[in-house]
Parts: sequence; structure tokens; C-alpha cells
Amino acid sequence: MLIKKPETIKPSEITDQAIYLNRRQFIRDSGLLGIGVASALAGLPWVKNSWAEGATRQPFPGRIQSPFSSAEKLTDFDDASSYNNFYEFGTRKSDPKEHAQAFVPRPWSVVVDGACEKPGTYDLEDFLRPHTLEERIYRLRCVEAWSMVIPWVGFSLGDALKRFQPTSRAKYVAFYTLHDPERMPGQKRRVLEWPYREGLRMDEAMHPLAMLAVGMYGAELPNQNGAPLRLVVPWKYGFKSIKSIVRISFTEEQPVCTWNQVQPSEYGFYSNVNPNVDHLRWSQKKERRIGNWLKQETLMFNGYADQVASLYSGMDLKKYF
Amino acid sequence: MTRAQIITRMLKPALFFLLLLPLALLVQRGFADTLGANPVETITHQTGLWALRLLLLTLAITPLCRVTGINDFVRLRRMTGLYSFLYALLHFATYAVLDHGLDIGAIFADVVKRPYVILGFSAFLLLIPLAATSHNRIIRLLGGRRWKRLHRLVYLCGLGGVLHYLWLVKADTLSPLLYLTLFLGLMLFRLPPRIRSKLSDLSGRMLPMQRRHRLLKEER
Repeated sequence: MLIKKPETIKPSEITDQAIYLNRRQFIRDSGLLGIGVASALAGLPWVKNSWAEGATRQPFPGRIQSPFSSAEKLTDFDDASSYNNFYEFGTRKSDPKEHAQAFVPRPWSVVVDGACEKPGTYDLEDFLRPHTLEERIYRLRCVEAWSMVIPWVGFSLGDALKRFQPTSRAKYVAFYTLHDPERMPGQKRRVLEWPYREGLRMDEAMHPLAMLAVGMYGAELPNQNGAPLRLVVPWKYGFKSIKSIVRISFTEEQPVCTWNQVQPSEYGFYSNVNPNVDHLRWSQKKERRIGNWLKQETLMFNGYADQVASLYSGMDLKKYF
Repeated sequence: MTRAQIITRMLKPALFFLLLLPLALLVQRGFADTLGANPVETITHQTGLWALRLLLLTLAITPLCRVTGINDFVRLRRMTGLYSFLYALLHFATYAVLDHGLDIGAIFADVVKRPYVILGFSAFLLLIPLAATSHNRIIRLLGGRRWKRLHRLVYLCGLGGVLHYLWLVKADTLSPLLYLTLFLGLMLFRLPPRIRSKLSDLSGRMLPMQRRHRLLKEER
């Protein structure tokens, strides 16, 4: 009698989940690759750009799924990567994708300074090496009353900050975006005071929800979304989540933040998502989830109240908006 | 064909279809799903921009007549004005339906609370009597002088429109400032001739002064 062993599938033959999840994009990229090769021969620069974009996003296989993840429907990758504010590449929401394609986020280093035991200039690779990458699906609420649901890839900001051993004088942490008008053409116009700066109170920064992201949708960040390293603070308005970080500074005083500097009456230092405190010029009660036609209610702390409300107990959030 | 006929029989129908184009394009992009990640925002911005552009075009017709000496251009003005109203109506409808789900209470609360919404909304309200009195028979009923006085409201609509735009922008005010400048430029034409001639005298006198200023700079 012939006893057949069940056919086993070799582990090496199993499609990686990341690739599986990105199969549509893979198909699109393959198509783009074809067009890209054809147009490289024909010398069409715009197609070459989109080809480069499709081909250079390195996937992050084997990332851990985070318990912090939301189960909501993800925003379309195309929407999340073609509609955002990144004034370093222009002030229209289509500008970042349009003007960030030539940007090369390598080599990259991060300066860590201020009140800490281990200041220094860290190569991006050294900066990232000790951390295990997780995927976290977070809601993102823009101060302009639209929102998305984005799967970020990264790690807790607090884990990174601890390595530099902040001293007791470190009450805040400040972040700086790259300032290089040659590479970030939007900086040639002074619509904001460059470089873009943001900051968090130390306890906010150490909160496990705050993260540093290197990727989204399973692969590295597109340039227009803040490659190679950005902050994601899901309970605050999107502009707090500073992109393309080159410097992290531990400070004793509350750091200057760009939008707060532009218009302190409209953009507070905290800028926690709060449906009860309106922007001076528009309501924050509702938001339009990208992909939907009608608006939905905005949640306190963007739905993360259970985790973060205690950070602000006793504070008048109308005053410290 | 006389010049008047060329304008009414050829230019006017051509302009009719031309001004319909932005709307047609929006509808086409809607069906082709190319309105971007936030289609409602695209529709709101586009209809608002076209309402403002066509209002400025309407305000440019009198100066155009005066500069070219061809008064027949005025025959296009009612149409550009009504088109501006159409786009403003679509702009407001988008806001009322897609932003507020036609919740009258919420719309009212929003309008009274926000300066830039008040400005835009008042400009829109003021356009209504102008659009409503654009029919020949009503013009005759009102009488030319009264009609003319009523239609001076269009200056307020223009001012409301450009300030509405300027006020809603977050940081990059370049584009709304261009519209404001254009509007103020067109308003200069409305100043009484006496003041206008004084102004041109002034600017004439300023020119040599500027030249002197530049010379001084070069010496340094």
C-alpha cells in the first residue's frame, strides 16, 4: 500500500505577508517598471520619477503587529501618499508627492543634543539598529478637519529617547526637520520659519503610543510622507507629527513649535485633538475621513482618551489647547 | 456683421460654453474618480475659485469697454455675472450638503461664528438679488437708475469674496493676495474721474522721486 505523505509547503515558498498585502501595489509597480524602462529609453522624466518611487520603497518583512492598532478600514495608500501637508515641498496638498520625488533621504544622520548623557550625531542605521519594527494602525486627524487611518511601521519614541539617557533637566523634547532648500524646494519661499520645529512634553514623548516611523503600508516611507524618519503622535493634530527629522533636542524650556509660532491663537503647543475646542476659523467637531463623502464626529484625543487623558488631568484644555 | 453682432452672436455663445467648462470638468473628474483624495474639498475649492474669478471678470468688463472703446463688450456682462452666481451657488450647496449634511442649525452656528464664513455667505446672499433682477422685464420694471444702484452691491460681493479667500488660508497667502490686488485694481476704475486724475498726477510725480531714490542707492 502506498502511503503518501501530505504535500508540505516549504517555508521558503510561502509568500511573505507583506508582499501579499501589497500584491496590488506589486502589480502596479511591475507595470510601472515596464513603463519606466520603456520611458527611460524614451527619456521621459516624469515616468522615470514614478518608476523610481515604485521601485525604491523597501518592504519591511517580519514586522510585529501592535496591540495599539485600530481595526478601522485603512485609507487607500494612493490617497495617503498623494494628499498631505509637507510645506517643505510646497503648500498645496498635491505638492509633496509632485516635488519630493527627486529627494534622496540618504545618507541621513540624526543629531541628539541637550539635556542627555549620550548626545551625538547618529547615522540613521545606528539610530534604528536596536529597535524591532512594529506595525501600528493609527488614526491621523489633521487640524484641517480631515482624517485617515494609516498603518505605520516603526517603534515607540520613548524606547529611542531612553537610549540617550535624558537627564532630570530634560522637561521637553524638540524635533527639527531637515533645512536644505536645494533638496526641499518649498523652503525657498518663506511661508514658515524654517526649519520646521515641533516639541512634546517629556511625559508625552515617553507615552507608549508616541512613535517614530520609518515606514507605512509595509514599506519604507515615501519621501512625501516624511522619509526617512518621522514622528507619529496619534492623539494630536497631524502637524505635531514632524517629518524628515534631523535633530532631537532635550530641553528644559518649552520649545518653539512652527505652527504655534505662526499663529499662537490658532495652534497651541499641545494641539491635542479636541472636538470641544474649535480652531478660531473653523469647527473641530467633525472630520471628513478620506474616502468618505460625509463628515463624522471627531473623538476626544482622536479616540485615544483612555490611554492619554491622564497626561492632562487637572489641566484646562480650553486654555492649554 | 457689425461689431455688436460679432459680440452677441459669436463671442457670447462661445463664452457660454467656455464658462460651463470648469463645471463640466468637475463632473467629468467626478465620474473618472480623479478629484483626488478629498473630492469634497476639490469641489469646494474649484467652485469657490470660479465664482471669484468670474466675479472679477464681470467687474473687468466696464474697464475693458473703457480701455478698448468698444462698449458692446457690456453685452457679455450679464452672462459672466450669472455664471459667477451659479458657481457661488454650487460652492454654497457643497458646503451646506456635504460639509453639514443640510443641518440648518449647524450651518447657522458655523456662519455666525466664523468671520470668513460670514464674509463668504454675505457675499453669496448679496449676489441673490443681483441674479434675481437680471431679467430684462425686471430691469424695465425697476427702472434703469434703481437697477443700477442695486447692482452696485456687486462691489461688496467682490470685496467679501476676496476677503473670504484671504481669511481661510493657513499660511500661504500669495494666491488670495493676487486676487485682492486684482480686485482693488478693478475698483480703481470706479473712482470718480476727478480723484482718478489726481491719483495719476500723484503717480506721475512719484516716478521722478523713485528715480532719485534709485540714484541715491546706486551712489551708496
